[in-house]
Amino acid sequence: MSASGQKRALWGLADIVVIALALVPVLWIVSLSLKTPATLTDGAFFPNHPSFSNYRGIFHTTLFTRSFLNSIGIAVITTVVAVILAAMAAYAVARLDFRGKRLLVGASLVVAIFPLISLVSPIFKLWLKLHLYDTWPGLILPYLTFSLPLAIYTLSAFFREIPWELEQAAQIDGATPFQAFVRVIAPLAAPGVFTTAILVFIFAWNEFLFAISLTSTDAARTVPAALAFFTGSSQFEQPTGSIAAAAVVVTIPIVLLVLAFQRRIVAGLTAGAVKG
Amino acid sequence: MAAGTDVLTPPAPAHRRPKATRRARDERRLAYLLCAPAVVVMLAVTAYPILYAVWLSLQRADLRFPAASAFVGLANYLTVLRSGLWWQAVANTLIITVVSVAIELVFGMAIALVMHRALIGRTAVRTAVLIPYGIITVVAAFSWRFAWTPSLGYLPRWLHLNGDPLTAHASSLAIIILAEVWKTTPFMSLLLLAGLALVSNELLEAARVDGATAWQRFTNVILPVMKPAILVAVLFRVMDAFRIFDNIFILTQGSNSTQSVSILGYDQLFVGLNLGIGSAMSVLIFVMIAIIGFGFIKGFGAAAPGMDTGR
Repeated sequence: MSASGQKRALWGLADIVVIALALVPVLWIVSLSLKTPATLTDGAFFPNHPSFSNYRGIFHTTLFTRSFLNSIGIAVITTVVAVILAAMAAYAVARLDFRGKRLLVGASLVVAIFPLISLVSPIFKLWLKLHLYDTWPGLILPYLTFSLPLAIYTLSAFFREIPWELEQAAQIDGATPFQAFVRVIAPLAAPGVFTTAILVFIFAWNEFLFAISLTSTDAARTVPAALAFFTGSSQFEQPTGSIAAAAVVVTIPIVLLVLAFQRRIVAGLTAGAVKG
Repeated sequence: MAAGTDVLTPPAPAHRRPKATRRARDERRLAYLLCAPAVVVMLAVTAYPILYAVWLSLQRADLRFPAASAFVGLANYLTVLRSGLWWQAVANTLIITVVSVAIELVFGMAIALVMHRALIGRTAVRTAVLIPYGIITVVAAFSWRFAWTPSLGYLPRWLHLNGDPLTAHASSLAIIILAEVWKTTPFMSLLLLAGLALVSNELLEAARVDGATAWQRFTNVILPVMKPAILVAVLFRVMDAFRIFDNIFILTQGSNSTQSVSILGYDQLFVGLNLGIGSAMSVLIFVMIAIIGFGFIKGFGAAAPGMDTGR
């Protein structure tokens, strides 16, 4: 009885350790963002005199505000388009019989593990020629490519769980396969679609290599890329506080997503991967 | 209701056969239509550029000397393969990949067990571990860089370090691995957690009744059932770790010989502006990844996720 109580306490302790390890670097960057130039170098984990001056600073620079808008726009458009294209392909993979299915699945696995660096230089040259360099579509296109495999896997795993019979019933009642897709399957698939959208958004929000290679100005530079080139709100200031504040601002959407949809994200991450 | 549909359905089986094949043809056409946009996008941004990279890698293509461009055959590959910098980068990449994935597997398994067993705070733990997964890698890398910078951070103070650990080779690699492990262990642990859910409680109970210790239950009951999940998780993480770029770019910019192959390739392309050499590296990285992936699937029989769609 007391042994089981001890066990409980041990597992509880393990919980706390895991949570602390996961959160310490996040708390640290929050703490840095609240420090002023005077207290920045005091090495204390928590700020002594928290101040929001770094936040006021970054929202007064177009460097940050533009890149924040770019990040939001590019990630949202990528998410919407990727989910639509992937839902179509995943429906075919999960429900329809066609030659080349294995080829499609295998090919998208290859895309999923593709080393991005191998594509950066040819895409860079190509984008210069096609005037896609330093534009939103110039980032959205590669982001689509590299989120589609993940999206197709996740969605087809969800789609396979949807009861077949309903679709057949709709077809017997005279619906075409397309109508069966739109009227019957789509509403049932909504939770999976939503989960996939979160995962794609996180990918596009995070991406860095293409973001620094295919942009040169704040016309399309996203926040991760802008952070790497940050110079502070005035040129005489150490950028550390500004970087920390900007880092916190772009982390907030992720934290909100995680808090609101923890269950869905876990389901999505594991949906495609467990059936080996 | 069944009677109603019976009346509407033509009773003669003779009519059904051509209908079925036409439906099969319709189905196939619909499948191709549905897949086409995704396939076009994926091919446009991968197939053509990788072929273009192969072509570039056979050229002398230095943006600083555009007039000197010429076909040079495999000369770029020889230059790369004879360069100490390249082999240093390969060694760094392999060290980072092997060490971080090994640590992640151990920690990931531990965290998966904690999440699986957690009676209290299950949601809190899962939510907390999703933060490293979701956070921007560049942001996390900055957090680690500032934490280790002697004038700024708390870690040198706590650990009583002298000097800047990000200016020496071994300690820089260790910090890069730490940042990589922190960021990606949650992904590993969630995949393992899903595998853990497949282990039946009756089996564990039976083993316990037979007198198996906790460790014996873990190695003889849990691990064999989880093998497929472990292989998939390791495969994905190895592939991903091999591409490591963001963490190194922010933590060291590849200084003190901490370049990975991706960082070195990037420097050749965008700092050195040498597209020929950079593309040769790109192709070599692609080949290495392909060999690793192929080795995993053939050697360990890791079923790639999604490959079982035949079901």
